Amino acid sequence: MSKQYETVIGLEVHVELATKTKIFCSCSTEFGGAPNTHTCPVCTGMPGSLPVLNKQVVEYALAVGLAANCQINQNCKFDRKNYFYPDNPQNYQISQLYLPICHDGYVEIDTAAGKKKIGIHEIHMEEDAGKLIHDEWEDCSLVDFNRSGVPLIEIVSEPDMRSADEVIAYLEKLRLIIQYLGASDCKLQEGSMRADVNLSVREAGASQFGTRTEMKNLNSFKAIARAIEGERKRQIELIEDGKAVVQETRRWDDNKESSHAMRSKEDAKDYRYFPDPDLPPISISDEWIQSIKEKQPELRTEKMARYQEEYSLSEYDADIITGSKHMADIFEQVTAICQKPKEAANWLMVEGMRLLKEHEMEMENMTFSAENLAKLIVLVDNGTINRTVAKEVFEQIFLNDIDPERYVEEKGLKVVSDEGALKSAIEAILAANPQSVEDYRNGKEKAMGFLVGQTMRSMKGKADPGAVNRILKELLG
Amino acid sequence: MTASEILSLTAVQLGKKIKEGEVTSPEAVKAVLGQIKAMEPELNSYVTIDEEGALKQAEEIQKRIESGELTGPLAGVPAAVKDNICMEGLKTTCSSKILSDFVPTYNAKAVENLKQAGAVIIGKTNMDEFAMGSTTETSAFGVTRNPWNPEHVPGGSSGGSCAAVAAAECFFALGSDTGGSIRQPASFCGVTGLKPTYGTISRYGLIAYGSSLDQIGPVAKDVTDCAAILEVLASHDGMDSTSVQREDYEFTRYLTGEVKGLKVGIPADYMGEGLEPEVKEAVLKAAKVLEEKGAVVETFDLGMVEYAIPAYYVIASAEASSNLSRFDGVKYGYRAKEYTGLHGMYKKSRSEGFGPEVKRRIMLGSFVLSSGYYDAYYLKALKTKALIKKAFDEAFSKYDVILGPAAPTTAPRLGESLSDPLKMYLGDIYTISVNLAGLPGLSVPFGTDEKGLPIGVQLIADCFQEKNILRAGFAVEQSRTYKMPSLAAKAMREKEEK
Repeated sequence: MSKQYETVIGLEVHVELATKTKIFCSCSTEFGGAPNTHTCPVCTGMPGSLPVLNKQVVEYALAVGLAANCQINQNCKFDRKNYFYPDNPQNYQISQLYLPICHDGYVEIDTAAGKKKIGIHEIHMEEDAGKLIHDEWEDCSLVDFNRSGVPLIEIVSEPDMRSADEVIAYLEKLRLIIQYLGASDCKLQEGSMRADVNLSVREAGASQFGTRTEMKNLNSFKAIARAIEGERKRQIELIEDGKAVVQETRRWDDNKESSHAMRSKEDAKDYRYFPDPDLPPISISDEWIQSIKEKQPELRTEKMARYQEEYSLSEYDADIITGSKHMADIFEQVTAICQKPKEAANWLMVEGMRLLKEHEMEMENMTFSAENLAKLIVLVDNGTINRTVAKEVFEQIFLNDIDPERYVEEKGLKVVSDEGALKSAIEAILAANPQSVEDYRNGKEKAMGFLVGQTMRSMKGKADPGAVNRILKELLG
Repeated sequence: MTASEILSLTAVQLGKKIKEGEVTSPEAVKAVLGQIKAMEPELNSYVTIDEEGALKQAEEIQKRIESGELTGPLAGVPAAVKDNICMEGLKTTCSSKILSDFVPTYNAKAVENLKQAGAVIIGKTNMDEFAMGSTTETSAFGVTRNPWNPEHVPGGSSGGSCAAVAAAECFFALGSDTGGSIRQPASFCGVTGLKPTYGTISRYGLIAYGSSLDQIGPVAKDVTDCAAILEVLASHDGMDSTSVQREDYEFTRYLTGEVKGLKVGIPADYMGEGLEPEVKEAVLKAAKVLEEKGAVVETFDLGMVEYAIPAYYVIASAEASSNLSRFDGVKYGYRAKEYTGLHGMYKKSRSEGFGPEVKRRIMLGSFVLSSGYYDAYYLKALKTKALIKKAFDEAFSKYDVILGPAAPTTAPRLGESLSDPLKMYLGDIYTISVNLAGLPGLSVPFGTDEKGLPIGVQLIADCFQEKNILRAGFAVEQSRTYKMPSLAAKAMREKEEK
């Protein structure tokens, strides 16, 4: 590769909104449920049924748009996107083409070279489709309409990103904004946040964009990063070989770490968009926008400032804790119960993050109750257990959400504060390790550490290290 | 009361007699079922007749009337419902093969309202397939014949509803009107048909043809019945986003015969070329009646008339091409027996399930929406629609009511229309612009031509001004007595003699 290439990336991000009911009917949006139990004539496309817009969808879309510095189309409307597919009961999707609710916004991301604005082309509202299940045994396909009509917003960025790092930073920023607004939980693996990557390459310094491809089926940040790298290489190789990049939609296979073409521009469908005659235009008044602005919850920067002010957390700690809405929520709940913000922050940041990494879990899967962590903090604080034991208990809370008081009781993990028992245990250790005793008496301070360690081990970690130190010193005179 | 005495009553008259105990609802249902048995072999007004269900409903309703629970004017009155309006548990086919076995799981709002008022639903009436047609000849279940002369069509698409009312096979019926589908067959069958202002009656449960134009409405023997039925059907429905909250839900109070000072305009553009002289004469006579009663009648130029038909066929077909895409053989309705692959199933099911007129409009609609043509056709049609509305706005700044023909001719002979679809489309010229502008329109029978076929005159008012056409229609109607087709009268007599 002699030439220098620049990668140009734009994203289409679908986000499932956290409404209780669907976008055009009153069926539940709850995940799971036996197939076709969250359905009605509207979301199964029965003849004669009609859509009625869920106002909460508009409010969430507005909230996200305002947080992403967008202009609002105060007279917006829905259009029908016509295509035949069995997961789509009407054979058209109700979406927005001509007048999307939000347009021309931006979010700011941090890059190695400083802050950068990523433009938002538009945000529009639409309905999700059902799910097809292919039965290999019966050689037939079944359709589950529980997801049909679940509200989505699609956030279309400008082609402003130049690397996988920028893409991840942009996605993380979007996710944080949306989670803080409560508009969605944005779980990539469960599909409540999905990103399609539009990518092209061009010679560094070129003014025209290259031909782009669209990459689908990206289920994690890691997959997105790998797909970007893979597609960048693929396109550069084509160009270096004197071949043309074909404008097409490709599907990423994260196991094979490669992609294959799904459809090219030539067989791109004509969706025959037109305004949905069943849904009158939505009129969004200044007052409505104002009330959404006023209801806007505390966003990350405000939260960070408050944590430093109210809980005296360091800027570093506040940054990490607010890096996930979910973690910030747990932190606040724990603090509210035990009134020990620094302890709460430490447990979450150190042990919590370590265990997440160890078990390859997403932040959202940290689901233990705040009450249990608060109890653990109290147990340590009042000296019922020592820190070594507490780490073990925390792991149990993290994995199984156990009640630490009962766990400590049942496992007999309380600190042994019985002086007599401690003293006889130490005497036994001293008797068994005469060399170390002599070393210590000869001025080798390190021997003390060894003896403490041996004592702790014989006490199965339950001894109060302070008491052990004190008694040892007494006995060694 | 004898069966023929019962069958000669209007819906409101029958409701009154049931309440007064002179006749019971089951007796009325039996009379209607008897008439259906006599007439159906000739007419074919119905797709589905729910004999058992109707009798059961009538028994229950009779008890609720006697207990004083049901007091409305339609309680106990047998009615029919056009087969594009969903009824729970009863086949709803749109007169199409593709829905030939479709049984809805829910009731349309209009049906709910009828049931709440205590009407007894006898069955589902025949229509042009998916309401596309002007003759009821495009039905997959055979043509419906005109009770005035079975060699002629009843009009369409609500031909089954209008023929059934004319032949006393029910006391009133629900129709739907997208471009004249209530008013034109009403005029061909000598009955009264009303298309209310768009949004007055919920479309929830009406299987859509052209969503922005479709409106359910009553077909009945006279204007009084239409007003009473409209009072029952009209409601603001949260299940239909295009349903409107009206200020006025009382319609019968305008049936006074008083038209003094009412300003009536006759569009010169409606009275020219293509209009049969006998129909023209009827319109002028109706004008005279109104004038004699104190109305002020003038002729004026409405304008935009020649653009209504192309605009309508673009908009209605575009919406239909999308509305009808859900009929794909996947979830309900007809699926081809043999096919390969998903797209093979779609293509074969739809090719075999839809008739030629429906296919023509799906293709037309898909074409005008396709990329590169959208602006030239669909968008232009929407602009034309806005201009037509503007022309009516101007007219209604001067007139309370527009008077004209409902159709250029009386009922054509069977088979005459389908061979030339463009000519058939031109037959909608006086009704279509009313749908494009969302206005209420009423077709009132006003005499017959020399062949003995009924002529209807049409009264149009501004949006939400049904009161003006009900007032004028009632006055026009008072100058005549309701006539039943001789065929239906004969069937009633013969049954009696037996």
